[in-house]
Amino acid sequence: MTSATQDIIEVKNLVSHYGERQILKNVDFSVKKGEIRVIMGGSGSGKSTLLNHMLALLKPTSGSIKIDQLNILKANRKDLTKLRQKMGVAFQGGALFSSMTVGENIKLPLKHHTELDDNTIDIMTRLKLELMNLAGFENLMPSELSGGMLKRAGLARAVIMDPKLLFFDEPSAGLDPVTAVELDELILKLRDAMNMTIVVVTHELESAFKIADKITVLFDGEVVMTGTVDEIKQSSDERIQNLINRRPRNDVVDAELYIQRLTTGQN
Amino acid sequence: MSYSQTTHLHYELLVLTGEVDLHNSPQVRKQLLAILKKGCSVLVDFSELSYIDSSGIATLVEAFNYAKNNQLTLTIIAAAGAPLQVIELTNLNKVFPMVNSLDDIRE
Repeated sequence: MTSATQDIIEVKNLVSHYGERQILKNVDFSVKKGEIRVIMGGSGSGKSTLLNHMLALLKPTSGSIKIDQLNILKANRKDLTKLRQKMGVAFQGGALFSSMTVGENIKLPLKHHTELDDNTIDIMTRLKLELMNLAGFENLMPSELSGGMLKRAGLARAVIMDPKLLFFDEPSAGLDPVTAVELDELILKLRDAMNMTIVVVTHELESAFKIADKITVLFDGEVVMTGTVDEIKQSSDERIQNLINRRPRNDVVDAELYIQRLTTGQN
Repeated sequence: MSYSQTTHLHYELLVLTGEVDLHNSPQVRKQLLAILKKGCSVLVDFSELSYIDSSGIATLVEAFNYAKNNQLTLTIIAAAGAPLQVIELTNLNKVFPMVNSLDDIRE
């Protein structure tokens, strides 16, 4: 039985490298069903890497990842495909196929994975376009859309199958303030009406504080803190306060290591 | 999901129970269109429905449009909770006739 408080995502001791460079250091990360979790952190903090691991797009050095009770590092292809049908992903730039119209892109998962009648598929596609304020853009090509429209079209495709779990990479980046606020509202509505669990990767503070049930802050590949919006705001951790107050990092310069990096390229 | 079909006044009453999703919405579609094609107006009872996904909503849109084009009606009864939220999310509460209970239905 799946209970309302069960973890739908369980990441334990995740260690990840790109070549020799360690990106994630023993990351523990769990999300409850129906929760909106925001992963926050500066550029290079490991947010997108963590996201890519949860999508099984990268193989970690060590650790375990369970999504909806499936150990995705040990799962076979069939189980992974089944899991992916319950997951939606909206990538930063929309990631639409440039040779298909917006409508064809959005209905692609339904054509591929369901036996639904074409009338049903067409109406579902238009319902999602309406939801994203893209009514009437069905027959345009992705190259004819603006960045913000592409992002919303990508979100429409991500939710076309009504996923249980939605991953959203940088929803508000590059959007005008009104569209960004509308998108935040939409994320909240999707959770309430469709009972989705939503994981949002962002560095937009305003958006994070508005939508998050909990925020996980990553810094240099480590989880600094996971807490409610108030807990994060009240945290005494300097790195979190720097992030919240947009203060530049004030790293201590180790002269020896610095000259070594410049002359040999080695850390 | 299961459903039962009875007659109420001059309407066909379809009571949906459980969850309507991608797998069973084609069944609901078939049933709704069959009723409408017989020339009957339909009442869709949501009181036992715990969840409806977008394929279920799309099915209702298609059936509602068919009814409208054939001088018939499709009315939703007792939508509440998550199914009501899905209808509101897509603004279809401004399109579908919706009533609170069967008692509100007159000849």
